[in-house]
Amino acid sequence: MMASSYNAKEEDGHHSGSSTHGGTGAAKNKKPDNTAFKQQRLPAWQPILTAGTVLPAFFVIGLLFIPIGIGLYVTSNNIKEYEIDYTGVEPNTPCYDCANSFTWNSTTSCVCTVNFTLVQPFESNVYMYYGLSNFYQNHRRYVKSRDDSQLNGVQSSLTNPSKECEPYRTNPETKLPIAPCGAIANSLFNDTLELYYNHPDGNMTKVNLVKKGIAWYTDKHVKFRNPGNEKDNFTERFKGTAKPVNWMKPVYELDPLDPENNGFINEDFIVWMRTAALPTFRKLYRIIQKKPDSAPTLPSGRYFLNVTYNYPVRSFDGRKRMILSTISWMGGKNPFLGIAYITVGSICFFLGVVLLIIHHKYDTRSNSADIPN
Amino acid sequence: KTIKTFGGDEGRVHSRTIYVGHKSCPPNEAYIPPKFCDNRIVSSKYTVWNFLPKNLFEQFRRIANFYFLIIFLVQVIVDTPTSPVTSGLPLFFVITVTAVKQGYEDWLRHKADREVNEYRVSVLEDGRRIRKMSAKIKVGDIVEVEEDETFPCDLILLQSSRDDGTCFVTTASLDGESNHKVRCVAVYTGMETKMALNYQGKSQKRSAVEKSINAFLLVYLFILVSKALVCTTLKYVWQGKHDEPWYNEKTQKEKDTNQYLKMFTDFLSFMVLFNFIIPVSMYVTVEMQKFLGSFFITWDKDFFDPEIQEGALVNTSDLNEELGQVEYIFTDKTGTLTQNNMEFIECCIDGFQYKHGDGSSETYFDKKEELFLRALCLCHTEMGFIASSPDEIALVKGAMRYGFTFLGLESKNMKILNRNKDVETYELLHVLNFDPVRRRMSVMVRSKTGDILLFCKGADSSMFPQVRQEEVERIRMHVERNATEGYRTLCVAYKHLNAQEYARADADLREARLALQDREEKLMAVYNRVETDMILIGATAVEDQLQDEAAQTMEALQGAGMKVWVLTGDKMETAKSTCYACGLFKKNTELLELTLRTLEDGGRSREERLHDLLLEYHKKLLPFFPAVCCRSWSVAGHDYGFIIDGASLSMVLSSSSEPNSRRYKNLFLQICQNCTAVLCCRMAPLQKAQIVKLVKNSKGNPITLSVGDGANDVSMILEAHVGIGIKGKEGRQAVKNSDYAIPKLKHLKKLLLAHGHLYYVRIAHLVQYFFYKNLCFILPQFLYQFFCGYSQQPLYDAAYLTMYNICFTSMPILAYSLLEQHICIEVLLEHSTLYRNIAKNAMLRWKLFLYWTALGIFHGLVFFFGVRFLFSNPALQDNGQVFGNWSYGTIVFTVLVFTVTLKLALDTRHWTWINHFVIWGSLAFYVFFSFFWGGIIWPFLKHQRLYFVFANMLSSVSAWLVIILLILLSLLPEILLVVLRKPRGPHARQVTLNCIAGDPQSPQSSARPLLTRTFSDESNTVI
Repeated sequence: MMASSYNAKEEDGHHSGSSTHGGTGAAKNKKPDNTAFKQQRLPAWQPILTAGTVLPAFFVIGLLFIPIGIGLYVTSNNIKEYEIDYTGVEPNTPCYDCANSFTWNSTTSCVCTVNFTLVQPFESNVYMYYGLSNFYQNHRRYVKSRDDSQLNGVQSSLTNPSKECEPYRTNPETKLPIAPCGAIANSLFNDTLELYYNHPDGNMTKVNLVKKGIAWYTDKHVKFRNPGNEKDNFTERFKGTAKPVNWMKPVYELDPLDPENNGFINEDFIVWMRTAALPTFRKLYRIIQKKPDSAPTLPSGRYFLNVTYNYPVRSFDGRKRMILSTISWMGGKNPFLGIAYITVGSICFFLGVVLLIIHHKYDTRSNSADIPN
Repeated sequence: KTIKTFGGDEGRVHSRTIYVGHKSCPPNEAYIPPKFCDNRIVSSKYTVWNFLPKNLFEQFRRIANFYFLIIFLVQVIVDTPTSPVTSGLPLFFVITVTAVKQGYEDWLRHKADREVNEYRVSVLEDGRRIRKMSAKIKVGDIVEVEEDETFPCDLILLQSSRDDGTCFVTTASLDGESNHKVRCVAVYTGMETKMALNYQGKSQKRSAVEKSINAFLLVYLFILVSKALVCTTLKYVWQGKHDEPWYNEKTQKEKDTNQYLKMFTDFLSFMVLFNFIIPVSMYVTVEMQKFLGSFFITWDKDFFDPEIQEGALVNTSDLNEELGQVEYIFTDKTGTLTQNNMEFIECCIDGFQYKHGDGSSETYFDKKEELFLRALCLCHTEMGFIASSPDEIALVKGAMRYGFTFLGLESKNMKILNRNKDVETYELLHVLNFDPVRRRMSVMVRSKTGDILLFCKGADSSMFPQVRQEEVERIRMHVERNATEGYRTLCVAYKHLNAQEYARADADLREARLALQDREEKLMAVYNRVETDMILIGATAVEDQLQDEAAQTMEALQGAGMKVWVLTGDKMETAKSTCYACGLFKKNTELLELTLRTLEDGGRSREERLHDLLLEYHKKLLPFFPAVCCRSWSVAGHDYGFIIDGASLSMVLSSSSEPNSRRYKNLFLQICQNCTAVLCCRMAPLQKAQIVKLVKNSKGNPITLSVGDGANDVSMILEAHVGIGIKGKEGRQAVKNSDYAIPKLKHLKKLLLAHGHLYYVRIAHLVQYFFYKNLCFILPQFLYQFFCGYSQQPLYDAAYLTMYNICFTSMPILAYSLLEQHICIEVLLEHSTLYRNIAKNAMLRWKLFLYWTALGIFHGLVFFFGVRFLFSNPALQDNGQVFGNWSYGTIVFTVLVFTVTLKLALDTRHWTWINHFVIWGSLAFYVFFSFFWGGIIWPFLKHQRLYFVFANMLSSVSAWLVIILLILLSLLPEILLVVLRKPRGPHARQVTLNCIAGDPQSPQSSARPLLTRTFSDESNTVI
């Protein structure tokens, strides 16, 4: 490039109005700040995961998890659980007749009695669950078919429930709004389970089933509220509403004897309204308090389960179960956690050993490789 | 010194008739005053009024935004499992952020426009001079432009203050050439000026990372669609058995809907449910990362040059990561490799060499020497010291050192102060301007004594044919020696003109200057006629000093696996010597030449010779490269360099027959790609771009980078993937058109090796991580469909679905992608070979993508089934109470958020307080938010799904245990991999160790791969 007559003056060509990038103006004609952040020199911790640092971690995890797992497994195994299917699918089972004779319009309820034997006594509090199978409480149409503001006692929602409740929003005949509306409420589990202990001497005693404390505290006291004025009676408070189609009685007659457990704040109802995660589930039904003396809550022996059979499940191939279970600090019986902890702990420990061997071998190899240089 | 210009007529597409000074037209002419636009320049895109609709339209033209808009609309119209808010809110956020950014940029453009439009110019109206805003100039106005001012629009020269009626215009901003031209230009204003018409806007450059993102996106879109299809199919299979149990009847509307329409809406619903797998927030994060990340370049004080008081400039933030992917560097020579800062080194007069500094001022000067120095003083186009080329300044300064001082030009009289302190005056008769074809320039002067002299200086090749041959040989030797030493050489000759000769020349010149057609050609002919039969006096050597650390920079770049090509307009010898000086060619480098000289050697036609040479070179190189590997840079200790000149290149590129041409191109490319360094000399600006394009489109689509400082580099800067402008002495054109501008060449090393490398690693990790975290986010939701009757029941609450990408997991990865230094900057600079580790988009290859995807799937499975087995007995509290579906989702989500964040923590190699703050802060925020969200009955929500779910979950020991277990189990393979990988890559570990120790030169270099070792050993010997 000869450029003998080259003009080196700055020609800024100001016609090109192209703007520069937004982040550029600041640094112009100015020395950039010498701050650690701007110069990307912030003091930093630079961890290096090497076999040396991770190996102890593997061992620690292994040594920690295996005992926890064993503890969990033992705890789970110590939990006593008794489960009985009373659906009545097989011809010879006690509830076969009730299951077969079920009609929606029957006025009399069918009662069947299932007897069973507890081989071992159940100590401390015993929890009675009902279990349903093949019941899709987590179906989307089902899950959203409720009106939480109605259940919270909001008056406007009581008389004008959410559209989500369709087709259980209004009574098809009277056109009255349903309270509580929606599919969940409509399908409230309404079998009544009673437990009788057959003493060795032949006497029958009814086992006292406590129906309080089965729902979440916050649900019972905040999320679910009855509408209207506390002083009015329940009929007045739910006036202008219809009972859910499949219910035999209105919501304010769920527990007429206890106003603290009646209406929307009935605990059976609240428990049902918390939709289950999986199609096979259990829900807490009653609690059998441990006795003040040292006697077992449920001694071993023969028991009768009296079922008022109201809830049809055969139409969708469902099953109904009654479960008696004790509870530990980790909840109900579930060997999964214990096994999982033992497995993961063992894997960690095993990997630790393998890594130690590899590490050891590699180290000697790399050391020998270093020598020639 | 005023130049007066006015409007006239000239045809561009059609001819324009303009009445100068808005004089009323003669009545006898049929003239309809045409409507011309005003001189307002508009480069902005929006106005206040059209901003919203236009910007929204532009934004939704982006395929991703459009996709999210569709999802949003589907949610609004169809009964979908999630509320429109879940996708509407993020979309709104994205659109707003982008709109604000674009609005701000447009505001800057408005500001720049206003500056231009309000630029004051002098306009002559009715004989008076009025200052007027540039925007107000109308076609036909007479504009007065002073020296050093810019033209506000296209003008026609009416009158100049110079005696010969000419004016010198720098047209660098228009055509990229930097010569002075006498212009006659048409009057066009505003958006019709040549400048505006030439300004087509830069084509949007897309980085390789963006292409990878789009490819990954397609994979995920495929996953999404297939998930939705699988679910829809299974739903109808399932419904065959389970349709409508008594407890869950369909609504009347559902019953009425057409079956096929129902299937379609179900499909759409599944799409909506799983759409989070394609993260809307990734685009925001990538944009933010690029925007914020580019600040680190402008903030870097290492890029600050005290001389020009400026640091680096980022014109586009879209290409940050491309800086880490460069394979080919095309560099200009003058001003880029060299400083364009000329220094007079020596001269050779009559065959004798004079060097500055050997006390020459005391030596006796003979007549010829004085003549030579006078020639140097006179033969230039200076009008003072300001507006001159560096060469001329160097020459005049050189002459001054020997006692001849140019005092200046006063009314056509040039004054020289000679050695005896006498003032000599010469009348300047004519200047025969420089042009790139003649490659020389002359002046005609009349001395006091009345002698008419012509002094001419120019390139040796253009001078030798024009001078008397007896002088040539002696000078040629010096010139060639100087050229190989890297100096720019000029030959100086003179000639006495007798009165008759002068009269003829004078007449010819005047005639040619006034010619209306083919003026350039006619002038050239006259020049050539006059500049003959001259007497060669001597030659000068001017050194163009190398830029600071040019050699080290080139060494580092080559070490990083980049191929450096020098594209210069300079002549071969000079360019070659520069290449030697900056270490591109080494002593043992075998040079392969393909220039006019070698082409004319064989005595056969050029075409045949070209063919032979190409084949020969190809054979020479290819045996060493059985498989054409573009990355190897050293062949068994034998380096090759390739030199080609512009003429040969145009033969290669535009051979007569089409098949030949393609073949030549291929041969040429293969030769070039297998050479250590390539030098292309005598390149026209467009040829530079051609070469860049050729390489850019060659096999494997290598990433190219052009670096230059002058207007003649603009074309290649625009053509390459990344264009770097040097804020040099040749004006601002390169800087304006570049993507990044740096003050000095040496800054390129840090820009690429440190910034580029880090940006690439950061954004690649960002992209992979984003896809991963959304895969393991949505996979449990997909699996849950198998347990809820394919009913589109979401696993997570809407708040979690919305916040996951916006709040819970966005900040740690953003902080990572801004601050991560997996290897610290010093080490990156020290070991340039590290750059090769990330070459060819290494971190976004399909293998790695598959790894991340597999990891995401593994995590998703662990999350879902871990909790699934736990929920085989939902009585998880110590009071026997049971958990429902929202607890299930919340446990999965908690494990998810913690795992995904801790996974990033595992990948973070550089923990600043910001990383700590953001990572632990996000987790704390998640916990806090969950408490808060579940702690209140929200009046605006239809469902209080999460009411106390989180608190209840934490009250369960089993939930705690399962969360800890699943997080650990998910991270286990990752930790294992890190441990297992480290011993195999001792190099990386060693570097990291060094990084911490602050000592990059550790003695344990033996563990490094062979390639690295050889390089660093080499570099130790070179530096």
